[in-house]
Amino acid sequence: MIAADHPRRGDGKVLVVSADGDIRHFSRARLATLFEPGDLVVANDARTLPASLTGTHLPTGAAIEVRLAGWIRMGDPRSFIAVVFGAGDHRVRTEDRLPPPPFSPGDRLVLGPLTAIVESTLGHPRLIALSFDGSAESIWAGIAQHGRPIQYAHVSEPLALSDVWTKIAARPVAFEAPSAGLSLDWRTLAAWRSHGVGFATLTHAAGISSTGDPALDERLPFDEPYSIPKATATAIARTRSRGGKIIAIGTTVVRALEAAATLDGKIHAGDGIATGRIEPDTEIKIVGAILSGVHQRGESHFELLRTFADDFSLDRAAAEFELHDYRSHEFGDSVLIERRPRLPKLLYNPDDRTIPAMAGRIITTEFRRINSRRAPAVQK
Amino acid sequence: MPSNPNFDGLRVLVTGGTSGLGLALVQALTARGANVAFVARTASSVERTARTTGAHGIVGDVGRKEDIDRIALQASGMLAGVDILINNASSLGFVPLSLLADTQNEAMEKALTVNVLGPFRLTKALLGDLASSARELRGAVVVNISSDAAINAYPTWGAYGASKAALKHMTAIWAEEMAAEGVRFLSFDPGDMDTPLHALAVPDADPATLKRPETAAAELIDVIAAALPKRVRTPVEAFG
Repeated sequence: MIAADHPRRGDGKVLVVSADGDIRHFSRARLATLFEPGDLVVANDARTLPASLTGTHLPTGAAIEVRLAGWIRMGDPRSFIAVVFGAGDHRVRTEDRLPPPPFSPGDRLVLGPLTAIVESTLGHPRLIALSFDGSAESIWAGIAQHGRPIQYAHVSEPLALSDVWTKIAARPVAFEAPSAGLSLDWRTLAAWRSHGVGFATLTHAAGISSTGDPALDERLPFDEPYSIPKATATAIARTRSRGGKIIAIGTTVVRALEAAATLDGKIHAGDGIATGRIEPDTEIKIVGAILSGVHQRGESHFELLRTFADDFSLDRAAAEFELHDYRSHEFGDSVLIERRPRLPKLLYNPDDRTIPAMAGRIITTEFRRINSRRAPAVQK
Repeated sequence: MPSNPNFDGLRVLVTGGTSGLGLALVQALTARGANVAFVARTASSVERTARTTGAHGIVGDVGRKEDIDRIALQASGMLAGVDILINNASSLGFVPLSLLADTQNEAMEKALTVNVLGPFRLTKALLGDLASSARELRGAVVVNISSDAAINAYPTWGAYGASKAALKHMTAIWAEEMAAEGVRFLSFDPGDMDTPLHALAVPDADPATLKRPETAAAELIDVIAAALPKRVRTPVEAFG
């Protein structure tokens, strides 16, 4: 596996792990053909904020980097939860960053053209709630002028906003890019449409992925607000009632949809807050497959994939990443994982799910079509 | 016959919003209940227009590529998304207007940068908002302000005319490509108006013979209303 150290669009690879553990490689251009008519792709259309603000802690004069990390009220820029580092920048590994000065409520911060006050400390030296001075308009202008995208040491060149914005980016509510969506382009959306695959979006305020501090990382992800449009809720209900599959573009979509379905297993339109982690034993009700970036074992993104596939399949996927030089992190390649069946395979009707030429291997309908294209010998 | 369409809750961004047609649009759209943000280059003018109209002001230059993402971020942040984008900001190149043979390269560059590249970049930066708006059946309309100089070959209007012709054609291609996403693209020729831009181009024109920008704004608003999904025109049905 190679760390993707700069933004790159368009090309790239997709490793597909099917529900029965079958593993295949595709170019990203084939994303358009990996799903069946009647399936629904759901993506997160949150635009990424330039959430890193450098400045000064006035009581001590210390240099700080404030990383906006959570909304008090989604979309209202007057107050935030923030993670704060001491002097230094993203080129230093997060784990090695200096701590900020000690904060007290009422401390004033100067962040470029913005000024803010520490409202409270949140049980960790690096975690505060802050409020900016001024009107929402002037705060947006200040963030736009002074903020930089949050970035990490594996990418040394400064990122531009366009690097962290997906092509479908709408409301600026994400603190870090909903990076699985970076692999989407308008051509892919058009191909899905002509192939009968639906496309819908929700808006989920993706939070920060790492603080470099083990105690604080334990608290990630923070509660993340989301908003599900009526059209999306309707499309999901229609897809499920017709037996289609819901494909989530990224972990944030899984979080939002599964949080929205906790009550009665249905997706209701409206605003909500995703709390807690998706664990391997979390029951997934809505999402049938996830497209994710390539992450290493141990990273929270990788751990979430355990909800979809068993350890054996993920170990094999990880080995394939190494073998085929997959590029990791947010600007790297992709992995598509179908949710493993919850029931023993014997309970499935084998007539519906096997191809004779595959010698008894159980594969799902998607892969029947893909296989038939790749290997004419199995065509009926 | 002009109607009085209701734009309640629609989120609109107007470029060049502190004078001429842009100002008239900001005034008329806010009066009709839209949530409006506008862009202009001069901070004091932006502040004045924001104060007098209640719209959200953004200081920026659509002719500067480094300003585009910042403008998109502020607009989408302040309005919580964008339903309608009106690319109204426009440049003549240099004045006085001159024959193409006498036109400085930089004047042609300026006209193309402000009138073609600016709308292209800003539309791209906000396309996600517009497509989301379309999926939610709220609206999703992009208006690019055109001119009869885009079609007719008027001597001395070379830089402006060529840029407006390019914009008009780009608008038509956008419209073809984004129709399936539900985003509508319109060219609108407001006619010869009594505006600062027209005064720069034709200093000795008699203002009495020119259209008032308020009239053109009302006409454009009717055109936009006709392009919106029917539901949006009756907010109770769409959002109730």
